[in-house]
Parts: sequence; C-alpha cells; structure tokens
Amino acid sequence: MPPPTEGLSVELRQERPIPLAVRLDCRGGEVLALVGPSGSGKSTILRTIAGIYTPLHGRIDADGETWLDTATGLRRSAHQRSVGFVFQHYALFPHLSALDNVIQAMGHVPPAERRERALRLIERTNLAGLEARRPARLSGGQQQRVAVARALARDPKVLLLDEPFSAVDQVTREKLYEELAALRRDLRIPIILVTHALAEASMLADRMCILHRGSTLQADTPLAVTMRPASPLVARLVGLKNIFEAEVVGHDSDRKVTLIRWFGATLEAGRAPQFAAGARVAWSIAASHIILHRRDRPSRGERENPVAGEIVRCIPMGEMTALALRVVRGERADIFFSVPTHVAERNGLALGETASVSLLTEGIHLMPVPAAL
Amino acid sequence: MDSAALLLSLRLALLTVAILVPIGIVAGRWLATRDFTGRPLVEAIFALPLVLPPTVLGYYLLVTMGGASPIGRWYEAATGRPLVFTFEGLLVASVIFNLPFAIQPLQRAFEAIPEDLRHAAACCGLTSWQSLWRIELPLAWTGLLTAAVLTFAHTLGEFGVVLMVGGSIPGETKTVAIAIYDRVQGFDMAGAGLMSALLLVLSVAAIAVTYWTSSRHRRKHAAAD
Repeated sequence: MPPPTEGLSVELRQERPIPLAVRLDCRGGEVLALVGPSGSGKSTILRTIAGIYTPLHGRIDADGETWLDTATGLRRSAHQRSVGFVFQHYALFPHLSALDNVIQAMGHVPPAERRERALRLIERTNLAGLEARRPARLSGGQQQRVAVARALARDPKVLLLDEPFSAVDQVTREKLYEELAALRRDLRIPIILVTHALAEASMLADRMCILHRGSTLQADTPLAVTMRPASPLVARLVGLKNIFEAEVVGHDSDRKVTLIRWFGATLEAGRAPQFAAGARVAWSIAASHIILHRRDRPSRGERENPVAGEIVRCIPMGEMTALALRVVRGERADIFFSVPTHVAERNGLALGETASVSLLTEGIHLMPVPAAL
Repeated sequence: MDSAALLLSLRLALLTVAILVPIGIVAGRWLATRDFTGRPLVEAIFALPLVLPPTVLGYYLLVTMGGASPIGRWYEAATGRPLVFTFEGLLVASVIFNLPFAIQPLQRAFEAIPEDLRHAAACCGLTSWQSLWRIELPLAWTGLLTAAVLTFAHTLGEFGVVLMVGGSIPGETKTVAIAIYDRVQGFDMAGAGLMSALLLVLSVAAIAVTYWTSSRHRRKHAAAD
C-alpha cells in the first residue's frame, strides 16, 4: 500500500451508475478547479472527497490520512473527514442564525471558545453585524459568506467549493471573487473549486482539471490548458472554436517552427518535433492569437501566417464584434475571432466582405488526431 | 360521565403517543432518506391500518396476541398475565393501529428537508444523531406535532380494534369510545352525549392546534423569504 501523500490525492474508478476515471492531486495552499460541462462528474468527485458519495473503486488521501481505500475496505464517513464544503445553494441551516450555523461546525473546539472563534470567522468573511440573522434574511452573497465561514469553522484539511458563485448576481459575484482570492492567501490547505465557468477557473485557480464524462482529461495551469490543450476534445471543452486538421510538412529547427499544410496554405506553428513529417495533426488557435489586418495601415506582422477569406459571421455584441472568416469556400474552415466593435466598423467589416488575418505562430498548437474528430 | 373510561382513554392515548413518536421518528426518517428495493412493501405494511377495517385488524391482533399464539403464551409465561383483554394488550394494539398516523407525517416532514442539509450537517462533523437532534427535528417539528396529535386523537376515538382486543372491562380496557356505545345501548343518551361532546371538543382542539401551528410556521417562513 503506498504511503498517504501530503495535500490531497484522489483516484476514483467506476463504470456505473456514474462513470468515473479520475486521478487528481492538489497541494496545500493550491486552488484546483474542476471544469467541465453538466454531467461531467465534477460534483460527484467533490461529494466523493467529502464522503457523501462512495464509488466502487478508489482511494483518497488527505494530509497524511487515508479517507477512502476500497482495496482494503477503509471508508471514513463524512463527519469523520475534516472537510469544509460550500454547497452550490449553500445548504445553510434555515432555523439557525448565521453565528449558530458557523458554531455547528465547531464540534472539535472546546465549547467555551466556540462563540468567540465563530465571531472572528464572521468578521473575517465580512459579515459583522449580521451574526444574529437567519439565512432567509440574508442576501445571496451574505449567505455564501456564511457558508464559507461555516466551512472554515471546521478547520478543514480540504476546502471544497461546489459552484459557489452560481447563485448570485454578476456584481456580487465579482465582489465574492475578490474576497475568495484574498481569503485563500491565508489558507494552507488544498482548495477544490467546481465550476463550469472557464473564466472563473482561470481567475481563481492555480491549476485546472478538465473533466468529461467522469474522466480527467488534462490538469495544468489555466493558461497551459487553454493555450495547449492535450486533445481536440479538451480544446472544445475550454471553449476554443478554432480546431482544425492539417498535415505536417516538416520542422525548421533554426527558426524553431513546425510547418503544416492546411487547405493549401503553409502555416508556421510552434515547434512540435513529436509529429513526423507527413503525419495528420489537429491544431487549434485561441482567438487572442488572431490579429486582424487593418486596411488603412498594413503592418510588419502581416507576414506571419497570413490568411484571407470572406466574412460569414459578423455579430456586434456590445463592445466586441464576433466574426467568422471562411478561408475556403464550401469547407469547414471558418476562423472565429473577435475585434472591438469600433475596429470592425472602421475597417468596414460586414457579411460578404473579404478580410485577412495573421495567425500568430506561438498561438498555433498541434495535437494528435483522435480516432473520431 | 364515565370518568374511569375517560381517564383510561387519556392514559392509553398518552402512552401510545409516547411510544409511537420515537418509532415514527426513526421509521419516518429511514423511509425518507433510504432507497431500497422493498421500500414500497414496507410503506404498504405501515399504511395497512389506514385501509383495513378495524375489526379485521382487531381480529388478527386477537389471534396473534391470544393465549393460543406463541406471542401470547410467551407474554403470559413472562408476566403471569394474558396479553389480550388487558391494558397492555390494548396498548400494543393501539401502537400498531396508529403506525401510519405517526409515521406518515414524520416521513413527509423528513422528506421536505433538502438532502444537502443532511450532507452539510455531516460535513460540519455532526454524527447522524447530532444531525437529527440539532438540524432535522427542529425542521420537522410540525410533522412531529401532527404525528402526536393525530395519534392522540385517533386513539381516543378508536372503537373496533379496542373492542376486539380489549373487550370492555371497566378500569382495564373500557375506553371512552366503548363507554359511549354502552351508554347508547343502555338508552343513557344524555351520558353518551356528554362524553361525545367532550371527545368532539378534544378532537377539534387537537386538530386546530396542529393547523394553527403549521400555518403560523408557514407564514413565518413566507415572511422571512
């Protein structure tokens, strides 16, 4: 039996009723975001860590303790695991005040100290003055803070956050983001954040783990996952729209690029020597690495992977305009990107017009072609 | 007014409530939170007294608890008293025929508690019992009150089962419902009317208290929302 690891280590496996093939680690002080669409198993993983759900096969180690090991039949029940859990709809005890909600999680604290410690947590989560209120008389944001205070009151070894921002309005959400970011600086425990909002994960997490149908596909920094997805599936799950297939032409080691052929054009991508010349590859590019060529002022950058086509989508969405450039007529070769609306207007971008863009070399990421892309 | 019968009925009703409420809490919570294959069958058995004619239920209880049955023989050997036609036998019968009145309101009350609250209690480190006392029972108390009141009122008024299992032994098994019947048989309509009126008032008061507290509870929560 391998020794328990520091931080949190989770390995889960089952085929039914909910398929799970999960392997993830989270160090103390680290925020790991579990990202995936509905039904990807995010919440099930969180509930398994908390001990609310038990998979057929799995092992969970937290801070040197084994909480679950199906191989030996070891299973600590939820109340024996030291977890702080912030539920999606907070699950506050409706008949208790904010303070008493927090005190409920202090069974491990001597009774005489509970009230004072709970009040400190209430203050730390910006709830001072509201401690006597019941949850129904608190706003969504205040309820979320009580839920966080209650989770921390347990002095948990792991903090689990299940879509904690989904039930509040945008303004409150942004305020809570800041509060959580400030709070986590003082925490030395692994924090697992479940979210389906990629932007939220990118903002708050040190690493994100992409999930699909209960399987962990890729775990890396938010930037690495969005810029260098492990597969076209991950690329799609992180919201990349520009995913195509091409053929590797060769590698230029002097210029540190790999050349690919895509609908007759030769593009330079970041060097990826693992793909042999002649191989089929998938490639993606984030919209942030697509530069519109300005008609009035051509620039030097226009020599970098220039691609021209017809605009087949032009949708102003407030300050930004979403565009699609069809590079080859009749083919699935539309490049999606956005520009500020005033730029779109100044360049006369409209449906049916032609335009050209540069695909920045460092933004073109090559991936193996899956069996069925 | 047959005060001995009235006191016996009150004693029977209070003891039935005292025994059944804990059973109702455990069984109601179990049915509300566990999903298992035989659940519909278990629920049907608990609900049987609602649909079975009281005399039929009384007949089976008489057969099951009578001196010829293993249970009856065992009880008599252990206590020196028979189980049927005694207050204890009546109490056992009363507990059984009131099962659905105690279990169902509590089951509904526990079902109304969101599952995440139980999970949150466990994640707060509360054991199942602590969760029951501190979180679930305070939230299910209207169900608990309904269970107690329904059991109490139903015990006071039960006739068929009582007659079958207890007979009509004054001071032992003669309840107020039997006493009313006896008075009518003896053409003492005034005595029967007085006791009926008393039962009516008690029943109305009990049900009114239940509805009043439930609606107050609802209003309080609606105002808070």
